[in-house]
Amino acid sequence: MEQTRSVRTEKKRSEPLFHITKRSTVTLAQAILIRAIAILAALLLCALVTVVLTGDNPISVFITVYKGAFGTGRTLVTIHDIAILLCVSLAVTPAFRMRFWNIGAEGQTLIGGLATALVMFFLHDTMPTLPLVLLMLAAGIAAGMLWGVIPAFFKAHWNTNETLFTLMMNYVAIQLIEYFLKIGDKSGSNVVGPALLGEGIPNLFGVQYLFNILVVALLTVVLYVYLNYSKHGYEIQVVGESENTARYIGIDVKKVIIRTMLLSGAICGLAGFLIVGGASHSINASIVGGRGFTAIMVSWLGKFNPITMILTTLLLVFLGRGADEISTQFGLNSSFSNILTGIILFFIIGCEFFIRYQVHFNHSRRKDERTKAKETPNTTEDA
Amino acid sequence: MEWITVIAAFLQRAILQGTPLLFGATGEIITEKSGNLNLGIPGIMYVGAISGVIGSFVYENSGADFIPIVGVLVAFVSSLIGSLLVTLIYCFLTISLRANQNVTGLALTTFGTGLGNFFGGSLIKITKSSVPFIALTDTGKAFKTALPFAKSLGWVGTLFFSYGFLVYLAVILAIVAAFVLKRTRVGLHLRAVGENPATADAAGINVTKYKYFATCIGGMIAGLGGLFFIMDYSMGIWSNNGFGDRGWLAIAIVIFAMWKPDLSIFASYLFGGLYILYNYLNTSMQMIPIIQMLPYVVTILALILISVRKKRENQPPAALGLSYFREER
Repeated sequence: MEQTRSVRTEKKRSEPLFHITKRSTVTLAQAILIRAIAILAALLLCALVTVVLTGDNPISVFITVYKGAFGTGRTLVTIHDIAILLCVSLAVTPAFRMRFWNIGAEGQTLIGGLATALVMFFLHDTMPTLPLVLLMLAAGIAAGMLWGVIPAFFKAHWNTNETLFTLMMNYVAIQLIEYFLKIGDKSGSNVVGPALLGEGIPNLFGVQYLFNILVVALLTVVLYVYLNYSKHGYEIQVVGESENTARYIGIDVKKVIIRTMLLSGAICGLAGFLIVGGASHSINASIVGGRGFTAIMVSWLGKFNPITMILTTLLLVFLGRGADEISTQFGLNSSFSNILTGIILFFIIGCEFFIRYQVHFNHSRRKDERTKAKETPNTTEDA
Repeated sequence: MEWITVIAAFLQRAILQGTPLLFGATGEIITEKSGNLNLGIPGIMYVGAISGVIGSFVYENSGADFIPIVGVLVAFVSSLIGSLLVTLIYCFLTISLRANQNVTGLALTTFGTGLGNFFGGSLIKITKSSVPFIALTDTGKAFKTALPFAKSLGWVGTLFFSYGFLVYLAVILAIVAAFVLKRTRVGLHLRAVGENPATADAAGINVTKYKYFATCIGGMIAGLGGLFFIMDYSMGIWSNNGFGDRGWLAIAIVIFAMWKPDLSIFASYLFGGLYILYNYLNTSMQMIPIIQMLPYVVTILALILISVRKKRENQPPAALGLSYFREER
């Protein structure tokens, strides 16, 4: 057996076209350039797909996209969309920095929204606005925390797979909302709206959504400081890099996992509170609209950095709203935006490879390059 | 004899509900055994469905005489090609470019679901066809063709012989997958790749090739689940988001069946049964969501149980979700 195998490899030995080495350092300019090229290529492909499907000329397609996002009366809605998506993305970020794959943001946000809606449903005409809003906030956050901490508890103690656990929790949350809709609304319309829930959070200075936008802006800064300049943030980072190292330097890994997921769930709950209390004033199973999943990609694309994530959110929301406008104008299905989002994501996901690794074509391979590649220090990645 | 007919009818519907899940679960198990956690399966199932629909839409509206066997073949082959193409995107990104599997999978689900609903909703507009909505009844009928003697056998016929060929194909594929994984050299190599790719690589197994083949075959099998749902279960009538969250349920079954394709047959039918149970229980409308929650709760309990018990043969593949780079140690 051993012999045949060695003979086989002997026969197969031919020089491969290229070989790949890990980059030791990437300058910021290089990284930005690679990403810019990827996004540009993706946008070109999106434009091509759009032109082929609609038969319109590229320039008017672009104008349509821009109008869809920032046309008259839309800017505020677009900014609010960005704020909400950013909020959910911020929520998953601490968990991801810890390499805890929380893909249950959808469910955690929904359950936060449900708790908020429950408070509004039962108490909206029994008390003044301020205590009501505070109670809604507390309920939303508590529910999100609960939904986040259950998988974390099992992960910390028995290493239960968190990706699959949090995923399943989404559907439990969805069915709980369906249950509430059946109980709360006797007419069977599947939406419990403002008539049953009351007005929720009042408009700040008479501007719709302003409250939500300000809260998310503040949260972005706070989370940036928390993750980068606090002891907790440092502990999260170490647990993410290597649990063994964390244990060795005396970090209580279980505690960090549970604490971080409490935070992650709490921010999701806050997002649910903002959506139900500050925007929709109604609840159904689609108020989060897949943002829990998009958030994962936003956070990852933004390198888990709250400030960079503003840009990735902007890109995705701009594109989504633009694509919606195109599909309305040409009578196409509204899922068009998902296709464009998918294309952009594939390109950005793919380009990360060229930031982390370098491709050497073998005809130009020189000896000094090989030795240099060998000296490259190994960093722990995805371990 | 009344009750036995009722039970047979219930089981028949459970099997019909369970079959798309079984295709998805078998595909995902094969994929996960190679160490790839493909969260794009729900998207791939949509693509499998819409590709079949596009294929037969073109065939049925081509003006040629409809020959059932050709209709089935056209849908079947276009479904396989469609699923293969989108799975290749996932493979290229995660295996060749070593991208994060969770993110890539979720992006693929966004893309695939979007692709399905987009073409489902816009196919008529794009092809400038004159039909009002997508109803591939001829192809649907061809897919649903059961054995002719099924009706004459009473409840035995209902339970065992009343299905189109895809139901049997799903079972056969699951059994073959179980056999290959457990009893053959290819299966052993595949499991080695999923458990510890570095060791497999050192033993001379081509890790990249195994990952590519397993993920692509898994994707194509999962795509058939979508095809079955449209052509057989829905009789060729497309409705947007009609497939719902069944793709995620298929991933749940993988856990529930502890990564064993033979167990996933029963798990799929059980979940299929839970999905339609409310029709048979004498409960109020309000309890329906609670009953529909059961599959997910059961999966969570199974997930907790297998991680607490720590029995080695019931664990997920050790390298699940990690990309492999030979020079990284």
